[in-house]
Formats: sequence, C-alpha cells, structure tokens
Amino acid sequence: MRFETPFFLTASGTFLAVVLIAFSEDKGFAQHMSVLAAVLLLASIVLARKITFAPAGPAPVVSVDNSENEYMDEVIRYGVIATAFWGVVGFLVGVVAAAQLAWPELNIQPYFNFGRIRPLHTSAVIFAFGGSALIATSFYIVQRTCRARLWGGNLAWFVFWGYQLFIVLAATGYLLGITQSKEYAEPEWYVDLWLTIVWVAYLVVFIGTIVKRNEPHIYVANWFFLAFIVTVAMLHVVNGLSMPVSLLGSKSYSAFGGVQDALTQWWYGHNAVGFFLTAGFLGMMYYFVPKQADRPVYSYRLSIIHFWGLIFLYIWAGPHHLHFTALPDWAQTLGMVFSIMLWMPSWGGMINGLMTLQGAWDKVRTDPILRMMVISLAFYGMSTFEGPMMSIKTVNSLSHYTDWTIGHVHSGALGWNGMITFSALYFLVPRLWGRERLYSLRLVNWHFWLATLGIVLYAAVMWVSGITQGLMWREYDAEGYLVYTFAESIAALFPYYVARVFAGILFLSGGLVMAYNIYMTIRGHERLEDALRTTPQPVNDRPVVAQPAE
Amino acid sequence: MANFTKRFLKGHAKLERNVSLLFVGSLSAVLVGGIVEIAPLFYLENTIEKVEGMRPYSPLELAGRNIYIREGCYVCHSQMIRPFRDEVERYGHFSLAAESMYDRPFQWGSKRTGPDLARVGARYSNEWHVQHLIDPQSVVPESIMPKYGFLAEADLKVENIESHLVANRRVGVPYTEAMVQNAKADFVVQANADGDWDGLMERYPKVVTGDFDGDPKRLTEMDALVAYLQMLGTLVDFSTYEPELKGR
Repeated sequence: MRFETPFFLTASGTFLAVVLIAFSEDKGFAQHMSVLAAVLLLASIVLARKITFAPAGPAPVVSVDNSENEYMDEVIRYGVIATAFWGVVGFLVGVVAAAQLAWPELNIQPYFNFGRIRPLHTSAVIFAFGGSALIATSFYIVQRTCRARLWGGNLAWFVFWGYQLFIVLAATGYLLGITQSKEYAEPEWYVDLWLTIVWVAYLVVFIGTIVKRNEPHIYVANWFFLAFIVTVAMLHVVNGLSMPVSLLGSKSYSAFGGVQDALTQWWYGHNAVGFFLTAGFLGMMYYFVPKQADRPVYSYRLSIIHFWGLIFLYIWAGPHHLHFTALPDWAQTLGMVFSIMLWMPSWGGMINGLMTLQGAWDKVRTDPILRMMVISLAFYGMSTFEGPMMSIKTVNSLSHYTDWTIGHVHSGALGWNGMITFSALYFLVPRLWGRERLYSLRLVNWHFWLATLGIVLYAAVMWVSGITQGLMWREYDAEGYLVYTFAESIAALFPYYVARVFAGILFLSGGLVMAYNIYMTIRGHERLEDALRTTPQPVNDRPVVAQPAE
Repeated sequence: MANFTKRFLKGHAKLERNVSLLFVGSLSAVLVGGIVEIAPLFYLENTIEKVEGMRPYSPLELAGRNIYIREGCYVCHSQMIRPFRDEVERYGHFSLAAESMYDRPFQWGSKRTGPDLARVGARYSNEWHVQHLIDPQSVVPESIMPKYGFLAEADLKVENIESHLVANRRVGVPYTEAMVQNAKADFVVQANADGDWDGLMERYPKVVTGDFDGDPKRLTEMDALVAYLQMLGTLVDFSTYEPELKGR
C-alpha cells in the first residue's frame, strides 16, 4: 500500500483545521477544530513514518500484484478491534451514567454532567460499537458471499477511518456541549456533513463489491445490509437538514420546527432502531447463525416476506414516540397500527434464525458462541413483542416518559445487538488472525452468563421502576387529590437505580472478559482447558453392549 | 395460489440477481411511510392551532435556550404536557402544537427523569431558579439533578446574536427587520435591572425583564437560562383560549 496520498490528505486537513481554529466564531467550534487538528496531526505522523522512498537507480521489479485473489481482511481486523474497544467504552460510560442517576454527586460540572454523558453513552454504544461492528461484518460478509474482493481499493480504509473520525468528533462534541439536541442525531451540521461523505463511500464500496460478484445470487444478508445503508443515508440527510449560523461556527438551527421537527426526528429515531440496529444486525444474523450452526437458513420464502415486510412497515412506526402529544391524532393512530403490524415481520426474522438450528440444537449445549446467538434471537423476539405492545396508546400513556422505555431499549440493545455482535466477534477473531481456535471457550461461557444476568436484571429492574413511576404520577386519593409529588417519585426509584448500576457492571465485566479473550487469541495463545461437555451418563445407565462369548 | 407463489418467486429471483433493482426496490419501500406521514403536516392547516400570543424568542431567551440545549436538559425534562387529568393538574394546560412552532429544534423530550418544564415559566422566583441550578438538592432534597453553578460564573458570550436571528429567519421564524437591527441592544437590555425596556417589550410582548442571576453587574449564562425558563409556556393566555375540537 502507498501512503503518499493519505498523508497528503491528512496533512492538508490538519492545516485546514488550524486555519479554522484561527477564524472560528465561537469557543465550541475552536475547541472542536483543535480536537480535529490534533487527531489529523497524529494520523499524518503515523502515515509519514510509513512512506518509503525508492532508492536511485532502475526501478525495482515489482512483484505481480495478486491481491485480487485475496479478500481484503486487514480493514476488517481493524474493525473487529474497534468494535471491542468501543463496546467496552460504551458500556463503561453507561455504568457511569447509571451511577450518576443513583448518586448525583458523581456529576462533574460542566463536562461530565449527566446531560452531556447520556448522549455520549448512547452514541458510543449505537454508533461506535454497533456502527464499527456493522461496517466490519458487512465487509466480511459481502466479500465471502459475493466471492469478490472489496471494490474500490483503499476506499474501504477511508470508510473505516472516516467513520472513526466521525465517532471522535461526535463524542468530543457532546462533552464540549456541541449538540443539535436531536436524540441519536446530536452531532452538529459539519460533523453531519462529514458522516454523509463517509456513508456515501460506504454505499459505493458495498454496491461496487456486489456488482463485481462471482456468485449469480445476492445472498439475503446483503439485502439487509443494502437496505440498512440506503435507509440510514436517507434518514440522516433529511433529519440533519439545518441552517448554520455561520460557516465558521458550531451552531445551527433545524430546518423544521415544532411538530414537524418532532415527527421528522422520530421518523429518524425509530428507524435508526429499525435499520441501524435491526436490518443491519439481521444481515449479520443471516450469515453468522447458519455458519456457526453449520445448517442452511431455515426458509428462503420467509426471508423474502420478512425482508420486504420489515423494511416497508418499520418506516411508519415513528409516531408511536409521540402518543398524546401535540402531533395530530391521525398520525399517532397510523404510527400505532403500523407498529403493531411490525410484530409479524420481526418475528419472521426471529423464527427464521431460530429454526435454522433445526438438527443442530444439541450444539447449544457445547458451543457457547451458538448459545449467544440463540439468546440474542430470543431477546430480539422479546423486545420486538414488547415494542408493539408499548406502542398501543393505552399502554403508552403509562409507559411513556418512564424507565420502562429505557428497559425496553436495553433489552434490544444489550440482548439482541450486543449478543449477536459478541458472537460475531468470537466467530471472526480466530479466522481473521489465522488461529486454530479462540483462547478460551470457557471464558466465552463466562461472558455469556455475565451478560445474560446483567440484561435480565437490567430489564426487570426498569420494568418495576418504570411502572412504579407511571403509577405514582397518576395516583389519586379518595378526595380527588394527587397523592405524590414528583420529588417523591424520584426518591422511590433509588433502590432500582442502584440495582441498575449493578446490572450494568455485570454486563461491562462480560465485555472486559471478551476483550481479554480476543486479545489473547490475537496474540496466539490457547488456554489449556477441558472442553465444555454434556453431563456424563451414569455408569449404570448405558447401552448394553453384547459381550463376546468366552 | 401455488401458481401465484411460483410467479412471485420467479419475479423475485430477478431482484436477487440485480443489485440496481434491489436498490430501487428497497429505496421505494422505505420512502412511502415517511412521505405519507410527514408531508401532510406541512400543508394540513389544522396541524397547528391558531392561537394568540406566540412570538419568536427574544435574543436573550434564544441564548438561554441554546444553553438549555447545550447542557442536554431535554435528556431528563420534557416540554410536552399530555391531555391527562393528572398531567394537567400537575403541570397546567396540555401543550398545543402552536406553542412550539418557533422551536428549532423542538424540545418535547422523551423522558421525565425530572418534571415537565413546558409551563415552568413564572411558577418560581428567579432566586429559586438560581439557587436550584447552583445546588438542586438544597431546594429539593430528593432531586438527582446535576449542579449547574458554573453558569453563574460564565459571562454570556454570543458573537453576532443578530446572525442567530437571521439563521432562524432563513428557516422560517418570523423575525422582523426591527428585531434583527435591535438584536444586540435587546440582548443586553433584557437582564439589565434598570434598562429601558420599551422597545424590547414592544417587539417581544410578555418578555420578562430585570436581573435574573442576582448579580446585576454581570450578564452571565445563568441570566440567559433563567430568562428562558421564566417565559416557558407563558405566551398563550389560556383564560381566553377556545380549543377547536374538530378534525385533529
């Protein structure tokens, strides 16, 4: 690989960022551009050290470039490491945020107050952890299922590093207080523009690879990845439309206002769930589950129906985030009806995944990676049942604004997205680094139980806390007065908030176990350990083998 | 039926072998819902009620609102009262779409870790707000809100406040030429304990004036944030408001 062009680009980028610091119109923009300049300077130094200069004389004979015969896996290795790293960071920030809600003294003003930590947590988990996982696995899967190297050469590297730069700018922006305040779309206009460029490059690499494929058929995982990339591009561009105050400042005002802005935002927000966290991860599921179970996908027809059903219906569900608000009733009802219908294609995906294990269920006992995939599908099924239920207006009148929603999101994000990603990483690491096996399957088993207990506790505690909250707010006494003040409802939640911190620590420690396991596998170590076995049969309960006659 | 299934699968097989068709097909599938739900909000006239009293934010309120956004207050506080007996009793008249028509972006929120703030304006004194922001637990012992004392220490610095008004005007907020011309003066005078507020009050009816943060010598971020909080939900006069019940 030649490093002159990327060096030239990052070096000019550094220069540009420094110029922008000098001319910036507000403090936030100057601080943010300093971060950018520092990151690009570091990248320039790293790249500059890699440039080699040819000695004088005749040009060396270049060996024939047969990289076309190999899959482009180096970028995926980086993606795997980034995924594990951002996962641990995201879970850690989550534990911090949960602790701040239990013990407010843990807020450190101004940079580490809950209001700035919370978007850091959500973005770190969804976009840094989930996004890195999606980019890495989609690149892996599209090459294998198309039998073709990634199209566009170094463009795939641009996608990876460009996306990492987006993460760093978004994260530092939140701590500096640079935000659009649209949930899950907080970055300001210039970071949004950068992400748009990176995303289009991602789409180009992905479609380019499919176009040059050597298989006649486009595998179902790629349909989901394609729908995910296309839809996220559409959502991001429309919801991000805004008017900057100045091209040298960080602040912008949304192109939409009030009720229109609210629906545009939740059209985006709900489909960030629908396409980023569902369609994309279903793409992962459709490759890794059949691979790990060594069975074909259960039903081809079901995959067709649930693909089109899912992507068509999901888009409509946004208004269920705005029940009983100033959004017109017709839009709320439409959102509710489509949310309930969405249950069907969602379960289509779960069934297709679980039934793929037909004939391989015994492996769930001995293979903790496959067990992780099963539990992730189970959580997918659970949260896609809970979601439609919560979108029913009667239920929503109680659950909205409470911790119930937080619990619902986490059973999806930790259970479904987290578990399927962990199992994908465990699948990928030995293969990408050419290792015989993982460092330790028993540690995977530990990770499985730590994470599962963490999620179950988290979801259960948030149900109780959310329903308590909702009921206390609407409790009337016999004389017709409200029974509780708002402050009393906060005090009542303290034990649940403490329990949630504990649940988060369980999940985080599972993540740390995974990071250690991956690190040791990459380093080439194999832990000497007994294989995970089924319960041995008692001596007196065994098949009788005919003894040869004496 | 079997025949139909066969033909359908044959048709679908084309899609599975042609990435352009698959691209166009999935893009079309995801376009429909958004267009049907969002587009009508821009032209159906009964989406936003006709009410009296709504006006764009004064320059100081706008700066305060930007601090509210910067600190992520929306993460824990909603500004959207639902039409339920308990909410109306707790927070006041349910929120109207018209009340957030100049909010770019909207601040309806999604979670009530703290109470709703849609009508918090004029409910508490400035002193209460300042004390509460500096040390929430000193006023509400059960509170889990972080401390925001640094706002009282930070001078309010907004370069070119008029360009903020212009940016809002470009996306449709009706700031007049007079508002833009006087933005700098209005920005300073609103929190000036003995300023001349006549022009400001004419341009921004019901605007709350005077020193907010207890330190009349300085214009701080605390001044701006409290000025914003004190006007929330106060613009529409609900003693004269008649809801139109049809067609929403």
